[in-house]
Amino acid sequence: MSAAASPALAEFQAGFVRLLLAPDGAAPAGSGVPASLEALARQPAFAVHRNTVRKGCIDALEANHPAVVRLVGVPWFRAAAALHVANEPPRDGRLLGYGAGFADFLAGFEPAAALPYLSGVARLDRCWTESHVAADGDCLDGARLAGLAPEALGALRVVPHPAARWAWFDDLPIRSIWRRNRCDMADDRDDRDDRDGHDGGTELAWHGEGALLTRPVDTVTWHAIDRAEVAFLDACAAGGSLAEAARAAARARCDVDLTMLFAQLLQAGALACHDSGSAFT
Amino acid sequence: MPSLLGAGLGLKPQHFDAALACRVEGLWLEVHPENYMVEGGPRLRRLDAVRAVHPLSLHGVSLSLAGSAPPDEAHLRRFAALVERLQPARVSEHLAWTAWNGLHLPDLLPFPRTTEALRRIADHIDRTQTVLGRAISIENPSHYLRLDAHAWDEIDFLAELVRRTGCGLLLDVNNVHVSAGNLGFCAETYLDRFPGAAVTEIHLAGHTLDPALGAALRIDSHDTPVAPEVWRLYRRVIGRIGARPTLIERDGDVPGFDVLLAEAAIAAGVLAAVDAAGMADMPEAVAS
Repeated sequence: MSAAASPALAEFQAGFVRLLLAPDGAAPAGSGVPASLEALARQPAFAVHRNTVRKGCIDALEANHPAVVRLVGVPWFRAAAALHVANEPPRDGRLLGYGAGFADFLAGFEPAAALPYLSGVARLDRCWTESHVAADGDCLDGARLAGLAPEALGALRVVPHPAARWAWFDDLPIRSIWRRNRCDMADDRDDRDDRDGHDGGTELAWHGEGALLTRPVDTVTWHAIDRAEVAFLDACAAGGSLAEAARAAARARCDVDLTMLFAQLLQAGALACHDSGSAFT
Repeated sequence: MPSLLGAGLGLKPQHFDAALACRVEGLWLEVHPENYMVEGGPRLRRLDAVRAVHPLSLHGVSLSLAGSAPPDEAHLRRFAALVERLQPARVSEHLAWTAWNGLHLPDLLPFPRTTEALRRIADHIDRTQTVLGRAISIENPSHYLRLDAHAWDEIDFLAELVRRTGCGLLLDVNNVHVSAGNLGFCAETYLDRFPGAAVTEIHLAGHTLDPALGAALRIDSHDTPVAPEVWRLYRRVIGRIGARPTLIERDGDVPGFDVLLAEAAIAAGVLAAVDAAGMADMPEAVAS
């Protein structure tokens, strides 16, 4: 044994990682991995490290995307996840946050072409996790706004609650599909799906849907929202005043009832007074 | 005075309610801080509630102390915030690396024990202890690979880290058993040489044999009960160094909380026996 012959720690790590992530366990030609490390990778036990790393990443993606798993089944999911792991390995020790690019990966994943809703469902799984771990914050109390003059109210800037996440999906009932495949979700008691009939029945209506996830205290709750509410929340997130957010909502849907829209977002706990930042910074 | 920490368990999310209701004397619970490095939400509140009932240990898995680069400062700050919030009874990490060039590799990876590595790891432990404002304990790893570039024996390496940084040691007896089988050394000899005065915590866990290679490759899988051979080694260690807080780790095929409590009770029995034999006055740690 000669320490003098050993590569420096950084060189050892660089070569080890190349071997660890190589699909067939061999370093790509010309990658400069020292021969001593190539020999290490030929030991049968090297597979333990390769398998542990791969399994850890795939397990995390599986845990973070329960609705996608339920739709495609575990074997299909893990095969797809393995390809994503090879493209985008984790960059953070908090694997709860791993998979930010998984929805985009699924959108371009040829074997998923027959399941056009899969990427959107993955986005909502991601929204759930972000809401679950986001900063706590007080929800905006509508009673505090009751005394404001109309001009003051219009000039007021409210922000989305730190745990609020929302998305709009053109053409496809992603929210309904996602909701049917999340067994761990709390139902929104004032769910307006009864109104539009998306989730209440057994038939899916194949048109666009919006989803809002909120977590006023501990439990992530989902809500059906339309284009106007999405536009309103987008405008609030961009720093717009209430008047600007209201105009954005009216542009999205000309017959919008702004009073009802605002009341429903308040009741869902989607709005707050101050922005508390991202969950994964 | 006997330690308040007796036999503990790794805390799984599905066992939160059972752990909250449990009043077993000496029980303590360990979690990976990475799973609680979040801005808010129910996870932290649940852990706060457990902490109000039981002593807690934070067992990090991603500081990458044995990497060439120092621990990530943002990660260290999040770790320090958890330590401040939870005031854990123990804080520990691994003699391994997990990070490289911005990537996180969810495994505890090996390295050649060179003098360069020793210097870097001592610096990283020192930095960690400075940011956390307290001593941490370093766990001996499970080995699978034969590295021919080691310049240091593992026990000498760990003892030197203790000497240079004032850290404690977390002795994982299952890791010793796994490594001894995989690398062909004598587990008893290793354990008899382990610096007992520095040991602040002991880990026990189950392992499996590789499906293809059998006993030639033991895998530190944490998905079975602690093996009889590991219990035998544990009794030998406790008999030599005295009682130490002992934790059962279980991460796969997790049974009910009561099943794990029964396994912890075996460790508690070993600790009680050595206490009764008058070895309770052993120093708990060298770390200040």
